[in-house]
Amino acid sequence: MTQPRATPAARTDSTQDTIQDRGNSDSAQAPEDAETRDAQDDTHSTHTARTPSPADLRRHLTTHLDEAARTWLEHALDEAAAHPGIHGPISPWELRLAEAGRRCGAAHADAARVLILHAARAGTDALTRVYFQGTADERRAVLHALPHLVSGPGALPLVEDALRTNDTRLLTAAVGPYAARHLAPHDWRHAVLKCLFTGVPVEHVADLPRRAHGDGELARMLGDYAAERTAAGRTVPEDLNRVLDLTESVTPAPGTDHPHGKES
Amino acid sequence: MRIFDPHIHMTSRTTDDYEAMYAAGVRAVVEPSFWLGQPRTSPASFRDYFDALLGWEPFRAAQYGIAHHCTIALNPKEANDPRCVPVLDELPRYLVKDNVVAVGEIGYDSMTPAEDNALATQLQLAADHGLPALVHTPHRDKLAGLRRTVDAVRESALPPERVLVDHLNETTVKEAKDSGSWLGFSVYPDTKMDEERMVAILRAYGTEQVLVNSAADWGRSDPLKTRKVGDLMLAEGFDEDDVDRVLWRNPVAFYGLSGRLNLDVTGTEATHEGNSVLRGAPKDPHEPDFGPGDGEEPARVPVAEV
Repeated sequence: MTQPRATPAARTDSTQDTIQDRGNSDSAQAPEDAETRDAQDDTHSTHTARTPSPADLRRHLTTHLDEAARTWLEHALDEAAAHPGIHGPISPWELRLAEAGRRCGAAHADAARVLILHAARAGTDALTRVYFQGTADERRAVLHALPHLVSGPGALPLVEDALRTNDTRLLTAAVGPYAARHLAPHDWRHAVLKCLFTGVPVEHVADLPRRAHGDGELARMLGDYAAERTAAGRTVPEDLNRVLDLTESVTPAPGTDHPHGKES
Repeated sequence: MRIFDPHIHMTSRTTDDYEAMYAAGVRAVVEPSFWLGQPRTSPASFRDYFDALLGWEPFRAAQYGIAHHCTIALNPKEANDPRCVPVLDELPRYLVKDNVVAVGEIGYDSMTPAEDNALATQLQLAADHGLPALVHTPHRDKLAGLRRTVDAVRESALPPERVLVDHLNETTVKEAKDSGSWLGFSVYPDTKMDEERMVAILRAYGTEQVLVNSAADWGRSDPLKTRKVGDLMLAEGFDEDDVDRVLWRNPVAFYGLSGRLNLDVTGTEATHEGNSVLRGAPKDPHEPDFGPGDGEEPARVPVAEV
Protein backbone atom coordinates (compact mmCIF):
# COMPACT_ATOMS: atom_id res chain seq x y z
CA MET A 1 0.00 0.00 0.00
CA THR A 2 1.14 3.54 -0.69
CA GLN A 3 -0.06 6.96 0.26
CA PRO A 4 -2.68 8.33 -2.07
CA ARG A 5 -1.98 11.27 -4.28
CA ALA A 6 -4.01 14.39 -3.81
CA THR A 7 -5.25 14.52 -7.38
CA PRO A 8 -4.61 12.55 -10.51
CA ALA A 9 -3.49 15.73 -12.24
CA ALA A 10 -0.55 15.92 -9.87
CA ARG A 11 1.00 12.95 -11.62
CA THR A 12 3.79 13.97 -13.92
CA ASP A 13 6.22 11.08 -14.24
CA SER A 14 6.16 9.13 -17.44
CA THR A 15 4.82 5.64 -17.79
CA GLN A 16 5.56 5.17 -21.44
CA ASP A 17 7.72 2.13 -20.82
CA THR A 18 4.92 0.33 -19.11
CA ILE A 19 2.52 1.20 -21.83
CA GLN A 20 4.87 -0.06 -24.49
CA ASP A 21 5.46 -3.26 -22.58
CA ARG A 22 1.83 -4.11 -22.35
CA GLY A 23 0.07 -1.95 -24.89
CA ASN A 24 0.83 -4.16 -27.87
CA SER A 25 -0.65 -7.21 -26.32
CA ASP A 26 -2.04 -9.56 -28.91
CA SER A 27 -5.14 -10.18 -26.86
CA ALA A 28 -7.22 -8.18 -29.29
CA GLN A 29 -6.34 -10.35 -32.23
CA ALA A 30 -8.88 -12.44 -34.00
CA PRO A 31 -9.49 -15.94 -32.63
CA GLU A 32 -8.01 -17.61 -35.68
CA ASP A 33 -4.76 -15.83 -34.97
CA ALA A 34 -4.82 -17.14 -31.43
CA GLU A 35 -5.15 -20.69 -32.76
CA THR A 36 -1.82 -20.63 -34.51
CA ARG A 37 0.09 -18.84 -31.85
CA ASP A 38 3.00 -20.57 -30.23
CA ALA A 39 2.21 -21.87 -26.78
CA GLN A 40 5.58 -21.38 -25.19
CA ASP A 41 5.09 -18.61 -22.72
CA ASP A 42 1.98 -18.49 -20.63
CA THR A 43 -0.26 -21.50 -20.60
CA HIS A 44 0.63 -21.88 -16.95
CA SER A 45 -0.38 -18.43 -15.87
CA THR A 46 -3.50 -16.36 -15.79
CA HIS A 47 -1.50 -13.30 -14.84
CA THR A 48 -0.65 -12.05 -18.28
CA ALA A 49 -2.60 -9.99 -20.72
CA ARG A 50 -2.24 -12.76 -23.29
CA THR A 51 -4.94 -15.43 -23.40
CA PRO A 52 -3.94 -19.02 -24.18
CA SER A 53 -5.48 -20.30 -27.37
CA PRO A 54 -7.50 -23.53 -27.42
CA ALA A 55 -4.49 -25.20 -29.00
CA ASP A 56 -2.36 -24.03 -26.07
CA LEU A 57 -4.91 -25.36 -23.61
CA ARG A 58 -5.11 -28.70 -25.37
CA ARG A 59 -1.35 -29.14 -25.28
CA HIS A 60 -1.23 -28.12 -21.64
CA LEU A 61 -3.93 -30.59 -20.61
CA THR A 62 -2.45 -33.40 -22.70
CA THR A 63 0.73 -32.96 -20.71
CA HIS A 64 -0.79 -32.53 -17.27
CA LEU A 65 -3.91 -34.72 -17.06
CA ASP A 66 -3.61 -38.26 -15.85
CA GLU A 67 -4.49 -41.13 -18.15
CA ALA A 68 -8.14 -41.48 -17.13
CA ALA A 69 -8.84 -37.76 -17.31
CA ARG A 70 -7.05 -37.43 -20.65
CA THR A 71 -9.09 -40.26 -22.12
CA TRP A 72 -12.28 -38.74 -20.77
CA LEU A 73 -11.45 -35.33 -22.22
CA GLU A 74 -10.55 -36.70 -25.64
CA HIS A 75 -13.86 -38.53 -25.77
CA ALA A 76 -15.72 -35.44 -24.59
CA LEU A 77 -14.09 -33.25 -27.25
CA ASP A 78 -14.74 -35.76 -30.04
CA GLU A 79 -18.35 -36.06 -28.92
CA ALA A 80 -18.80 -32.28 -28.77
CA ALA A 81 -17.26 -31.87 -32.22
CA ALA A 82 -19.47 -34.61 -33.67
CA HIS A 83 -22.69 -33.52 -31.98
CA PRO A 84 -22.74 -29.77 -31.34
CA GLY A 85 -26.00 -27.92 -30.91
CA ILE A 86 -29.08 -28.86 -28.93
CA HIS A 87 -30.08 -32.50 -28.40
CA GLY A 88 -32.88 -33.17 -25.92
CA PRO A 89 -33.22 -31.37 -22.58
CA ILE A 90 -29.46 -31.49 -21.97
CA SER A 91 -27.08 -32.00 -24.88
CA PRO A 92 -24.27 -34.49 -24.24
CA TRP A 93 -21.62 -31.80 -24.58
CA GLU A 94 -23.43 -29.76 -21.91
CA LEU A 95 -23.31 -32.75 -19.57
CA ARG A 96 -19.58 -33.06 -20.23
CA LEU A 97 -19.25 -29.36 -19.49
CA ALA A 98 -20.95 -29.83 -16.13
CA GLU A 99 -18.86 -32.80 -15.04
CA ALA A 100 -15.49 -31.55 -16.30
CA GLY A 101 -14.46 -30.44 -12.82
CA ARG A 102 -14.70 -33.84 -11.20
CA ARG A 103 -13.30 -35.59 -14.29
CA CYS A 104 -10.26 -33.39 -14.81
CA GLY A 105 -9.73 -31.90 -11.34
CA ALA A 106 -10.38 -28.35 -10.17
CA ALA A 107 -7.00 -27.11 -11.41
CA HIS A 108 -7.75 -28.13 -15.00
CA ALA A 109 -11.51 -27.59 -15.08
CA ASP A 110 -11.45 -24.14 -16.67
CA ALA A 111 -9.23 -25.29 -19.53
CA ALA A 112 -11.22 -28.47 -20.11
CA ARG A 113 -14.49 -26.55 -20.21
CA VAL A 114 -13.15 -23.93 -22.62
CA LEU A 115 -12.04 -26.75 -24.91
CA ILE A 116 -15.44 -28.44 -24.76
CA LEU A 117 -17.19 -25.17 -25.61
CA HIS A 118 -14.74 -24.65 -28.45
CA ALA A 119 -15.18 -28.20 -29.76
CA ALA A 120 -18.97 -27.76 -29.67
CA ARG A 121 -18.55 -24.50 -31.60
CA ALA A 122 -20.86 -22.86 -29.08
CA GLY A 123 -22.18 -19.54 -30.34
CA THR A 124 -23.69 -16.67 -28.44
CA ASP A 125 -27.02 -18.42 -27.86
CA ALA A 126 -25.48 -21.65 -26.60
CA LEU A 127 -22.97 -19.80 -24.45
CA THR A 128 -25.74 -17.69 -22.96
CA ARG A 129 -27.77 -20.78 -22.14
CA VAL A 130 -24.96 -22.71 -20.50
CA TYR A 131 -23.81 -19.61 -18.65
CA PHE A 132 -27.18 -19.00 -17.05
CA GLN A 133 -27.69 -22.71 -16.37
CA GLY A 134 -24.18 -23.10 -15.02
CA THR A 135 -22.48 -23.14 -11.66
CA ALA A 136 -20.04 -20.35 -10.85
CA ASP A 137 -17.26 -22.58 -12.23
CA GLU A 138 -19.08 -23.19 -15.49
CA ARG A 139 -19.88 -19.49 -15.82
CA ARG A 140 -16.24 -18.67 -15.37
CA ALA A 141 -15.29 -21.07 -18.14
CA VAL A 142 -17.86 -19.50 -20.48
CA LEU A 143 -16.33 -16.09 -19.80
CA HIS A 144 -12.87 -17.45 -20.58
CA ALA A 145 -14.20 -18.95 -23.82
CA LEU A 146 -15.79 -15.73 -25.15
CA PRO A 147 -12.75 -14.33 -26.97
CA HIS A 148 -12.33 -17.64 -28.80
CA LEU A 149 -15.94 -18.07 -29.82
CA VAL A 150 -17.75 -14.76 -30.18
CA SER A 151 -16.49 -12.09 -32.55
CA GLY A 152 -19.08 -9.36 -31.94
CA PRO A 153 -20.52 -7.75 -28.81
CA GLY A 154 -23.48 -10.18 -28.60
CA ALA A 155 -22.21 -11.92 -25.47
CA LEU A 156 -21.71 -8.71 -23.50
CA PRO A 157 -24.75 -9.44 -21.28
CA LEU A 158 -22.78 -12.37 -19.81
CA VAL A 159 -19.84 -10.12 -18.99
CA GLU A 160 -22.19 -7.56 -17.52
CA ASP A 161 -23.87 -10.24 -15.40
CA ALA A 162 -20.54 -11.42 -14.06
CA LEU A 163 -19.49 -7.85 -13.31
CA ARG A 164 -22.61 -7.40 -11.17
CA THR A 165 -21.53 -10.24 -8.90
CA ASN A 166 -19.11 -9.93 -6.01
CA ASP A 167 -17.48 -13.29 -6.75
CA THR A 168 -13.88 -12.39 -7.49
CA ARG A 169 -13.39 -15.54 -9.56
CA LEU A 170 -16.15 -14.41 -11.92
CA LEU A 171 -14.94 -10.83 -11.91
CA THR A 172 -11.45 -11.97 -12.84
CA ALA A 173 -12.77 -13.97 -15.78
CA ALA A 174 -15.09 -11.14 -16.85
CA VAL A 175 -12.33 -8.58 -17.40
CA GLY A 176 -10.55 -10.67 -20.03
CA PRO A 177 -9.90 -9.89 -23.70
CA TYR A 178 -13.57 -10.04 -24.68
CA ALA A 179 -14.40 -7.23 -22.25
CA ALA A 180 -11.34 -5.30 -23.45
CA ARG A 181 -12.64 -5.49 -27.00
CA HIS A 182 -16.29 -4.78 -26.48
CA LEU A 183 -17.16 -3.24 -23.12
CA ALA A 184 -18.39 0.35 -23.44
CA PRO A 185 -16.23 3.00 -21.73
CA HIS A 186 -18.53 3.60 -18.77
CA ASP A 187 -18.96 -0.10 -18.01
CA TRP A 188 -15.27 -0.76 -18.53
CA ARG A 189 -14.28 1.97 -16.07
CA HIS A 190 -16.64 0.55 -13.49
CA ALA A 191 -15.16 -2.90 -14.08
CA VAL A 192 -11.69 -1.54 -13.32
CA LEU A 193 -12.97 0.23 -10.23
CA LYS A 194 -14.73 -2.93 -9.10
CA CYS A 195 -11.47 -4.84 -9.39
CA LEU A 196 -9.90 -2.29 -7.07
CA PHE A 197 -12.84 -2.51 -4.67
CA THR A 198 -12.85 -6.29 -4.52
CA GLY A 199 -9.11 -6.87 -4.65
CA VAL A 200 -8.94 -8.50 -8.07
CA PRO A 201 -5.41 -7.67 -9.23
CA VAL A 202 -5.60 -5.31 -12.21
CA GLU A 203 -3.04 -7.43 -14.04
CA HIS A 204 -6.08 -9.58 -14.87
CA VAL A 205 -7.69 -6.69 -16.77
CA ALA A 206 -6.91 -7.46 -20.40
CA ASP A 207 -5.48 -4.69 -22.52
CA LEU A 208 -5.50 -2.34 -19.53
CA PRO A 209 -2.72 -0.01 -20.78
CA ARG A 210 -4.39 0.59 -24.14
CA ARG A 211 -7.83 1.22 -22.73
CA ALA A 212 -6.67 3.26 -19.75
CA HIS A 213 -4.35 5.45 -21.78
CA GLY A 214 -5.60 9.01 -21.87
CA ASP A 215 -8.83 8.14 -20.04
CA GLY A 216 -9.44 11.28 -18.04
CA GLU A 217 -12.75 10.07 -16.65
CA LEU A 218 -11.12 6.93 -15.30
CA ALA A 219 -8.41 9.08 -13.75
CA ARG A 220 -11.09 11.23 -12.14
CA MET A 221 -12.84 8.17 -10.71
CA LEU A 222 -9.59 6.76 -9.38
CA GLY A 223 -8.68 10.08 -7.82
CA ASP A 224 -12.05 10.31 -6.10
CA TYR A 225 -11.76 6.76 -4.83
CA ALA A 226 -8.30 7.49 -3.47
CA ALA A 227 -9.62 10.62 -1.78
CA GLU A 228 -12.49 8.68 -0.25
CA ARG A 229 -10.10 6.06 1.10
CA THR A 230 -7.82 8.73 2.47
CA ALA A 231 -10.67 10.59 4.14
CA ALA A 232 -11.61 7.36 5.90
CA GLY A 233 -8.06 6.89 7.13
CA ARG A 234 -7.56 3.85 4.94
CA THR A 235 -4.74 2.95 2.63
CA VAL A 236 -5.03 3.18 -1.13
CA PRO A 237 -4.53 -0.04 -3.12
CA GLU A 238 -1.21 -0.14 -4.94
CA ASP A 239 -3.08 -1.11 -8.06
CA LEU A 240 -4.96 2.18 -8.03
CA ASN A 241 -1.79 4.15 -8.57
CA ARG A 242 -0.68 1.69 -11.20
CA VAL A 243 -3.85 2.29 -13.21
CA LEU A 244 -3.61 6.00 -12.56
CA ASP A 245 -0.17 5.96 -14.12
CA LEU A 246 -1.64 4.32 -17.20
CA THR A 247 -4.21 7.10 -17.62
CA GLU A 248 -1.37 9.58 -17.80
CA SER A 249 -1.34 12.53 -20.16
CA VAL A 250 -4.86 13.72 -19.76
CA THR A 251 -6.11 16.19 -17.18
CA PRO A 252 -9.39 15.01 -15.71
CA ALA A 253 -12.43 17.02 -16.49
CA PRO A 254 -13.01 19.42 -13.59
CA GLY A 255 -16.17 19.51 -11.56
CA THR A 256 -17.72 16.35 -12.88
CA ASP A 257 -20.79 15.48 -10.87
CA HIS A 258 -20.80 11.90 -9.71
CA PRO A 259 -22.43 9.67 -7.13
CA HIS A 260 -20.59 7.60 -4.59
CA GLY A 261 -22.33 4.25 -4.62
CA LYS A 262 -21.55 1.51 -2.19
CA GLU A 263 -21.02 -1.85 -3.80
CA SER A 264 -23.23 -4.59 -2.55
CA MET B 1 -10.35 -31.47 15.88
CA ARG B 2 -11.31 -31.46 12.19
CA ILE B 3 -15.03 -31.19 11.60
CA PHE B 4 -17.27 -31.80 8.59
CA ASP B 5 -20.80 -30.53 9.22
CA PRO B 6 -22.87 -32.75 6.94
CA HIS B 7 -26.05 -30.69 7.21
CA ILE B 8 -26.06 -26.93 7.69
CA HIS B 9 -27.94 -24.14 5.90
CA MET B 10 -25.24 -21.53 5.49
CA THR B 11 -27.27 -19.21 3.27
CA SER B 12 -29.17 -18.43 6.49
CA ARG B 13 -26.01 -17.76 8.49
CA THR B 14 -23.63 -14.85 8.87
CA THR B 15 -19.93 -14.43 8.25
CA ASP B 16 -19.51 -14.39 12.04
CA ASP B 17 -20.73 -17.99 11.96
CA TYR B 18 -18.22 -18.95 9.27
CA GLU B 19 -15.48 -17.34 11.34
CA ALA B 20 -16.52 -19.13 14.52
CA MET B 21 -16.94 -22.43 12.68
CA TYR B 22 -13.46 -22.24 11.23
CA ALA B 23 -12.05 -21.40 14.65
CA ALA B 24 -13.88 -24.44 16.08
CA GLY B 25 -12.33 -26.74 13.49
CA VAL B 26 -14.98 -26.88 10.75
CA ARG B 27 -13.27 -27.34 7.41
CA ALA B 28 -16.11 -28.72 5.28
CA VAL B 29 -19.88 -28.41 5.11
CA VAL B 30 -22.73 -29.79 3.07
CA GLU B 31 -25.70 -27.50 2.59
CA PRO B 32 -28.89 -29.36 1.74
CA SER B 33 -31.52 -27.44 -0.19
CA PHE B 34 -34.62 -27.03 1.95
CA TRP B 35 -37.56 -24.85 2.84
CA LEU B 36 -36.72 -21.18 3.33
CA GLY B 37 -39.32 -20.42 5.99
CA GLN B 38 -41.18 -18.28 3.47
CA PRO B 39 -42.89 -20.62 0.98
CA ARG B 40 -41.80 -20.40 -2.64
CA THR B 41 -44.39 -20.02 -5.35
CA SER B 42 -42.58 -21.07 -8.53
CA PRO B 43 -39.73 -23.19 -9.92
CA ALA B 44 -37.87 -19.98 -10.81
CA SER B 45 -37.42 -19.27 -7.14
CA PHE B 46 -35.92 -22.74 -6.67
CA ARG B 47 -33.55 -22.17 -9.57
CA ASP B 48 -32.17 -18.99 -8.04
CA TYR B 49 -31.73 -20.80 -4.74
CA PHE B 50 -29.96 -23.76 -6.34
CA ASP B 51 -27.75 -21.35 -8.27
CA ALA B 52 -26.80 -19.66 -5.00
CA LEU B 53 -25.89 -23.05 -3.51
CA LEU B 54 -23.64 -23.65 -6.53
CA GLY B 55 -22.25 -20.14 -6.82
CA TRP B 56 -22.22 -17.51 -4.15
CA GLU B 57 -22.35 -19.71 -1.05
CA PRO B 58 -19.29 -21.87 -1.88
CA PHE B 59 -17.47 -18.63 -2.65
CA ARG B 60 -18.43 -17.22 0.74
CA ALA B 61 -17.37 -20.42 2.50
CA ALA B 62 -14.03 -20.44 0.72
CA GLN B 63 -13.30 -16.99 2.14
CA TYR B 64 -13.20 -18.69 5.51
CA GLY B 65 -11.22 -21.75 4.47
CA ILE B 66 -14.28 -24.02 4.43
CA ALA B 67 -15.12 -26.41 1.58
CA HIS B 68 -18.79 -26.14 0.63
CA HIS B 69 -20.89 -28.72 -1.20
CA CYS B 70 -24.64 -28.98 -1.54
CA THR B 71 -27.50 -31.38 -2.03
CA ILE B 72 -30.32 -30.52 -4.44
CA ALA B 73 -34.00 -31.49 -4.21
CA LEU B 74 -37.58 -30.43 -3.90
CA ASN B 75 -38.09 -30.50 -0.13
CA PRO B 76 -40.99 -32.48 1.39
CA LYS B 77 -42.98 -29.50 2.60
CA GLU B 78 -43.06 -27.74 -0.77
CA ALA B 79 -43.66 -31.02 -2.61
CA ASN B 80 -47.26 -30.42 -1.52
CA ASP B 81 -47.59 -27.18 -3.47
CA PRO B 82 -48.54 -27.86 -7.10
CA ARG B 83 -46.96 -24.55 -8.11
CA CYS B 84 -43.56 -25.89 -6.97
CA VAL B 85 -43.74 -29.51 -8.14
CA PRO B 86 -42.63 -28.75 -11.75
CA VAL B 87 -39.16 -28.09 -10.38
CA LEU B 88 -38.80 -31.88 -10.28
CA ASP B 89 -38.43 -31.76 -14.07
CA GLU B 90 -35.52 -29.36 -13.75
CA LEU B 91 -33.56 -31.33 -11.16
CA PRO B 92 -31.62 -33.49 -13.65
CA ARG B 93 -29.88 -30.38 -14.95
CA TYR B 94 -28.64 -29.64 -11.42
CA LEU B 95 -27.84 -33.18 -10.36
CA VAL B 96 -24.98 -33.38 -12.86
CA LYS B 97 -23.14 -30.42 -11.32
CA ASP B 98 -19.75 -30.93 -9.76
CA ASN B 99 -20.57 -29.63 -6.29
CA VAL B 100 -23.78 -31.63 -5.87
CA VAL B 101 -22.94 -34.56 -3.61
CA ALA B 102 -26.44 -35.96 -2.94
CA VAL B 103 -30.12 -35.62 -3.66
CA GLY B 104 -31.72 -33.98 -0.64
CA GLU B 105 -33.40 -33.06 1.57
CA ILE B 106 -36.12 -35.40 0.47
CA GLY B 107 -38.49 -37.38 2.69
CA TYR B 108 -41.70 -36.75 4.56
CA ASP B 109 -43.25 -33.77 6.27
CA SER B 110 -46.98 -34.55 6.56
CA MET B 111 -46.83 -37.93 4.77
CA THR B 112 -49.15 -37.00 1.90
CA PRO B 113 -49.52 -38.70 -1.49
CA ALA B 114 -47.71 -35.73 -3.05
CA GLU B 115 -44.79 -36.38 -0.71
CA ASP B 116 -44.85 -40.08 -1.59
CA ASN B 117 -44.54 -39.14 -5.24
CA ALA B 118 -41.77 -36.59 -4.75
CA LEU B 119 -39.78 -39.00 -2.57
CA ALA B 120 -40.05 -41.90 -4.99
CA THR B 121 -39.23 -39.69 -7.96
CA GLN B 122 -36.18 -38.24 -6.28
CA LEU B 123 -34.86 -41.56 -4.96
CA GLN B 124 -34.95 -42.70 -8.58
CA LEU B 125 -33.15 -39.52 -9.67
CA ALA B 126 -30.43 -40.27 -7.12
CA ALA B 127 -30.01 -43.77 -8.50
CA ASP B 128 -29.94 -42.44 -12.06
CA HIS B 129 -27.27 -39.87 -11.28
CA GLY B 130 -24.97 -42.00 -9.16
CA LEU B 131 -25.74 -39.90 -6.11
CA PRO B 132 -26.57 -40.85 -2.53
CA ALA B 133 -29.67 -39.37 -0.91
CA LEU B 134 -30.16 -37.30 2.22
CA VAL B 135 -33.55 -38.14 3.69
CA HIS B 136 -35.20 -35.88 6.24
CA THR B 137 -37.48 -37.58 8.78
CA PRO B 138 -40.57 -35.69 9.91
CA HIS B 139 -40.92 -33.62 13.05
CA ARG B 140 -44.45 -34.84 13.68
CA ASP B 141 -45.39 -38.53 13.88
CA LYS B 142 -41.70 -39.32 13.63
CA LEU B 143 -41.59 -43.09 14.09
CA ALA B 144 -44.39 -43.68 11.58
CA GLY B 145 -42.54 -41.33 9.23
CA LEU B 146 -39.31 -43.25 9.69
CA ARG B 147 -41.05 -46.54 8.88
CA ARG B 148 -42.65 -45.10 5.77
CA THR B 149 -39.24 -43.68 4.75
CA VAL B 150 -37.55 -47.05 5.17
CA ASP B 151 -40.29 -48.66 3.07
CA ALA B 152 -39.90 -46.04 0.34
CA VAL B 153 -36.16 -46.63 0.21
CA ARG B 154 -36.68 -50.39 0.09
CA GLU B 155 -39.04 -50.00 -2.86
CA SER B 156 -36.61 -47.71 -4.70
CA ALA B 157 -33.65 -48.40 -6.96
CA LEU B 158 -31.33 -46.81 -4.40
CA PRO B 159 -29.67 -49.24 -1.97
CA PRO B 160 -30.02 -48.26 1.73
CA GLU B 161 -26.25 -47.99 2.11
CA ARG B 162 -26.47 -44.97 -0.21
CA VAL B 163 -29.09 -43.27 2.00
CA LEU B 164 -28.53 -41.01 4.99
CA VAL B 165 -31.61 -40.90 7.21
CA ASP B 166 -31.46 -37.66 9.14
CA HIS B 167 -32.90 -36.05 12.26
CA LEU B 168 -32.95 -39.37 14.11
CA ASN B 169 -33.46 -39.71 17.84
CA GLU B 170 -33.86 -42.38 20.50
CA THR B 171 -37.17 -43.54 19.10
CA THR B 172 -36.04 -43.97 15.50
CA VAL B 173 -32.35 -44.88 15.63
CA LYS B 174 -32.77 -48.63 15.96
CA GLU B 175 -35.05 -49.18 13.00
CA ALA B 176 -33.00 -46.81 10.88
CA LYS B 177 -29.83 -48.72 11.76
CA ASP B 178 -31.50 -52.05 11.03
CA SER B 179 -32.41 -50.76 7.56
CA GLY B 180 -28.73 -50.47 6.67
CA SER B 181 -28.82 -46.73 6.06
CA TRP B 182 -26.39 -44.13 7.36
CA LEU B 183 -27.59 -42.43 10.54
CA GLY B 184 -27.82 -38.66 10.87
CA PHE B 185 -28.43 -36.72 14.08
CA SER B 186 -29.18 -33.01 14.26
CA VAL B 187 -28.08 -31.44 17.51
CA TYR B 188 -30.12 -28.38 18.41
CA PRO B 189 -30.24 -25.98 21.34
CA ASP B 190 -33.79 -27.02 22.30
CA THR B 191 -35.32 -29.59 19.99
CA LYS B 192 -34.22 -32.66 18.07
CA MET B 193 -31.09 -33.92 19.91
CA ASP B 194 -28.74 -32.41 22.48
CA GLU B 195 -25.09 -33.23 23.14
CA GLU B 196 -25.71 -35.48 26.15
CA ARG B 197 -28.34 -37.58 24.41
CA MET B 198 -26.10 -37.75 21.34
CA VAL B 199 -23.22 -39.14 23.34
CA ALA B 200 -25.57 -41.67 24.97
CA ILE B 201 -26.72 -42.85 21.54
CA LEU B 202 -23.11 -43.17 20.36
CA ARG B 203 -22.38 -45.26 23.42
CA ALA B 204 -25.40 -47.50 22.78
CA TYR B 205 -25.15 -47.84 18.99
CA GLY B 206 -21.48 -47.18 18.24
CA THR B 207 -19.89 -44.74 15.80
CA GLU B 208 -20.27 -46.75 12.63
CA GLN B 209 -22.15 -44.89 9.86
CA VAL B 210 -23.15 -42.18 12.35
CA LEU B 211 -23.07 -38.53 11.28
CA VAL B 212 -23.67 -35.56 13.58
CA ASN B 213 -24.79 -32.21 12.23
CA SER B 214 -25.91 -28.83 13.52
CA ALA B 215 -28.66 -28.42 10.88
CA ALA B 216 -28.24 -24.73 11.70
CA ASP B 217 -30.62 -22.57 9.70
CA TRP B 218 -32.77 -19.46 10.09
CA GLY B 219 -34.32 -20.73 13.29
CA ARG B 220 -32.83 -21.03 16.76
CA SER B 221 -29.83 -23.23 16.15
CA ASP B 222 -26.10 -23.36 16.78
CA PRO B 223 -23.50 -23.95 14.04
CA LEU B 224 -20.97 -25.01 16.69
CA LYS B 225 -23.01 -27.98 17.96
CA THR B 226 -20.76 -30.38 16.06
CA ARG B 227 -17.75 -29.18 18.01
CA LYS B 228 -19.70 -29.36 21.28
CA VAL B 229 -20.58 -32.99 20.60
CA GLY B 230 -16.91 -33.72 19.87
CA ASP B 231 -15.85 -32.07 23.12
CA LEU B 232 -18.41 -34.00 25.14
CA MET B 233 -17.42 -37.27 23.45
CA LEU B 234 -13.84 -36.71 24.61
CA ALA B 235 -14.98 -35.77 28.11
CA GLU B 236 -17.11 -38.91 28.28
CA GLY B 237 -14.36 -41.32 27.37
CA PHE B 238 -14.41 -41.55 23.58
CA ASP B 239 -10.98 -41.12 22.06
CA GLU B 240 -9.86 -38.76 19.32
CA ASP B 241 -10.16 -41.43 16.68
CA ASP B 242 -13.83 -41.94 17.59
CA VAL B 243 -14.44 -38.21 17.33
CA ASP B 244 -12.62 -37.99 14.02
CA ARG B 245 -14.64 -40.87 12.68
CA VAL B 246 -17.99 -39.32 13.59
CA LEU B 247 -17.15 -35.71 12.79
CA TRP B 248 -14.94 -36.19 9.74
CA ARG B 249 -14.43 -39.64 8.24
CA ASN B 250 -18.07 -40.73 8.25
CA PRO B 251 -19.37 -37.65 6.40
CA VAL B 252 -16.43 -37.85 3.99
CA ALA B 253 -17.27 -41.51 3.34
CA PHE B 254 -20.99 -40.91 2.88
CA TYR B 255 -20.79 -37.88 0.57
CA GLY B 256 -17.74 -39.42 -1.06
CA LEU B 257 -20.17 -41.99 -2.50
CA SER B 258 -20.99 -39.26 -5.05
CA GLY B 259 -17.43 -39.29 -6.39
CA ARG B 260 -17.64 -35.49 -6.34
CA LEU B 261 -16.30 -34.48 -2.94
CA ASN B 262 -13.42 -32.03 -3.27
CA LEU B 263 -12.17 -30.90 0.14
CA ASP B 264 -9.44 -28.68 -1.24
CA VAL B 265 -10.43 -25.05 -0.86
CA THR B 266 -7.19 -23.78 -2.35
CA GLY B 267 -8.82 -24.01 -5.77
CA THR B 268 -10.20 -20.53 -5.21
CA GLU B 269 -7.02 -18.60 -5.79
CA ALA B 270 -8.67 -15.32 -6.56
CA THR B 271 -10.41 -15.29 -3.20
CA HIS B 272 -7.08 -15.36 -1.49
CA GLU B 273 -5.94 -12.33 -3.38
CA GLY B 274 -9.11 -10.40 -2.98
CA ASN B 275 -12.24 -10.48 -1.04
CA SER B 276 -15.72 -9.26 -1.54
CA VAL B 277 -17.41 -10.59 1.55
CA LEU B 278 -15.24 -9.10 4.24
CA ARG B 279 -15.93 -5.51 3.31
CA GLY B 280 -12.45 -4.25 3.83
CA ALA B 281 -9.46 -5.18 5.88
CA PRO B 282 -9.56 -4.10 9.51
CA LYS B 283 -8.64 -0.43 9.69
CA ASP B 284 -5.98 -1.15 12.25
CA PRO B 285 -3.71 -3.87 10.89
CA HIS B 286 -3.23 -5.17 14.42
CA GLU B 287 -6.92 -5.46 15.05
CA PRO B 288 -7.77 -9.16 14.94
CA ASP B 289 -10.40 -10.08 12.41
CA PHE B 290 -10.48 -13.72 13.41
CA GLY B 291 -11.19 -15.55 16.57
CA PRO B 292 -8.55 -17.89 17.92
CA GLY B 293 -8.19 -20.93 15.70
CA ASP B 294 -6.96 -24.37 16.57
CA GLY B 295 -5.07 -24.68 13.31
CA GLU B 296 -3.67 -22.52 10.63
CA GLU B 297 -5.68 -19.53 9.55
CA PRO B 298 -7.39 -19.68 6.19
CA ALA B 299 -5.07 -18.44 3.50
CA ARG B 300 -6.79 -15.22 2.69
CA VAL B 301 -5.70 -11.64 2.48
CA PRO B 302 -8.63 -9.33 2.97
CA VAL B 303 -7.83 -6.19 1.06
CA ALA B 304 -11.02 -5.09 -0.50
CA GLU B 305 -14.10 -3.20 0.36
CA VAL B 306 -17.45 -4.03 -1.03
